[in-house]
Amino acid sequence: MSAKETYLLDRCGLENSETLEVYRANGGYKALAKVLETPMDRAAVTGEVKGAGLRGRGGAGFPTGLKWTFMPDPAKDSRRRYMAVNADESEPGTCKDRVLMREDPHGLVEGCLIAAYAMQLEAVYIYVRGEYRKPYRRMQAAIDEARAAGLVGEKIMGTDFSCEIHMHKGAGAYICGEETGLMESLEGKRGHPRPKPPFPAGFGLWGQPTTVNNVESIFNVPFIIDRGAEWFRGMGTETSSGNFLCGISGHVERPGVYEVPLGISAKTILEEYAGGVWKGRKLKAWFPGGSSTGVVPAEMIDTPMDHDSIRGIGSMFGTGAMIILDETACTVRASQVLAHFYDHESCGQCSQCREGTRWLYQIFTRIEEGGGTMADIENLERLARGMTPGKTICALSDAAAIPTLAVVKHFRDELEAHVREGCCPLKSRGNSGRESAQEVHA
Amino acid sequence: MVLPKELLDEFEELVLKYPERRAGLIPALHRCQEELGGWITPETMEDLAEFFGLEPVDVYGVASFYPMFKLEPQGEHVIGICQNISCDLRGAEDIVEHVCKKTGAKVGGTSPDGKYKVELLECQGACANAPMFDLDGVYHEDLDPTKVDQILGGLA
Repeated sequence: MSAKETYLLDRCGLENSETLEVYRANGGYKALAKVLETPMDRAAVTGEVKGAGLRGRGGAGFPTGLKWTFMPDPAKDSRRRYMAVNADESEPGTCKDRVLMREDPHGLVEGCLIAAYAMQLEAVYIYVRGEYRKPYRRMQAAIDEARAAGLVGEKIMGTDFSCEIHMHKGAGAYICGEETGLMESLEGKRGHPRPKPPFPAGFGLWGQPTTVNNVESIFNVPFIIDRGAEWFRGMGTETSSGNFLCGISGHVERPGVYEVPLGISAKTILEEYAGGVWKGRKLKAWFPGGSSTGVVPAEMIDTPMDHDSIRGIGSMFGTGAMIILDETACTVRASQVLAHFYDHESCGQCSQCREGTRWLYQIFTRIEEGGGTMADIENLERLARGMTPGKTICALSDAAAIPTLAVVKHFRDELEAHVREGCCPLKSRGNSGRESAQEVHA
Repeated sequence: MVLPKELLDEFEELVLKYPERRAGLIPALHRCQEELGGWITPETMEDLAEFFGLEPVDVYGVASFYPMFKLEPQGEHVIGICQNISCDLRGAEDIVEHVCKKTGAKVGGTSPDGKYKVELLECQGACANAPMFDLDGVYHEDLDPTKVDQILGGLA
């Protein structure tokens, strides 16, 4: 394996990596000390993050530093200001933030504090999906430890800087990973996304200015402040800098969460990190960055894993979570599984999404079970086009439509073969666990 | 009031984290479910409504929105098996079948002895260690039938 500089997971393998002692012994809270003791100008901190070109690691790839500058000037807007850290990691295939919070929780605490300093926040809420019990406990323990050491709360490191960090537990709804759904949920309501505008920086938690950032994005911040924007830009590509955590799952020899530079070939990740397709089989298809990013065929595996390159092959970088399908996998079955997911997770506010995800599931089920018609394939496409882009309050509808359009585009042959043969030609396992489409409809 | 004083005291502390009391509702529902028999009873919802200054229907509207909150009694042990794509690709269906055979429960149902509830879950974020299930709030990963036997055997 070629030697690449790493930083994100360096502490994770250490014994007691979750403790303050080990964190400090390995450079922890050095960046915060630099910010507070210099003291760095607030705008300079944001400027460094912006200059590093850090792009959000939660799926959209929006520049983190630029997002911070959207917060109103406190001299002109005296409202309380918040950050919500999106730790509701629920995009199928994505399992990276869980590792960071469980193995290196102080890294996230330090990142939150630096962000809080830069944006003059009142408090930070870390919204963790409810199922992540161990990461939650580790994060809470780290915050408690940091508080006892004078790193969280009033007069941090003996300076005038004060900030609270609170843990908050979600309860199993994917939609709460959408930033406005997350805020509604944090306020104690159903996770119904809000129409935008207004954007969170103007009207966020409790109507106050709020920034929502992903765990891995914030985790990058102390490294950027400690080592500089220039260093960060030395990794990755011109438009997507730094390293990222690639969770790779499905039909590979060594599924895992690997730290790689942006721009590395997907083929290198698959072959050198994950040990290649399992059981000596051939690659059939892969999702570049979680289930909402359109599936692409094997021929495209030599594409660089960065936002622009993946967009270039008609998909999206998303959360950088690669899902690998070998030659025995059925893309119709995979689509059915995912359509079930989006149907289950739609919040129901928009009819395109509420009804559309249900119909997608019913049609994919019909085709997979052998009862589909050629018109069903056309209907998949028509239906998906009615669900994207920008037709609904949030992007869940798009997230269901995009992989549908991708499978129709790249694997139409396989859909047609199901219809012609009246069954799944690959004899992929039936649907024993799931309710059948008829039952769902009833 | 069915909510014990200890929980109410705990919730008074909890709401201090937020500028508005209601933000404590979801964490409070979690604590009620943990402490009061594994599900949210109508009485619990009425008490929480009173505590948070809401109507019972507001609490119900939240509790029923989130899959983690159970509005009916569960088995002694709850086995939630991930059915999403990464687990499906690595044999989640075999795990479902095996667990159902072993416990005598159907998917979505409880075993005849009332001991096990088996349910299917969407992605749990353990994709690199698929297939997986969550047993009473603890993840078990990289499952195969032998491992499932060991885990369930340990409960007997």
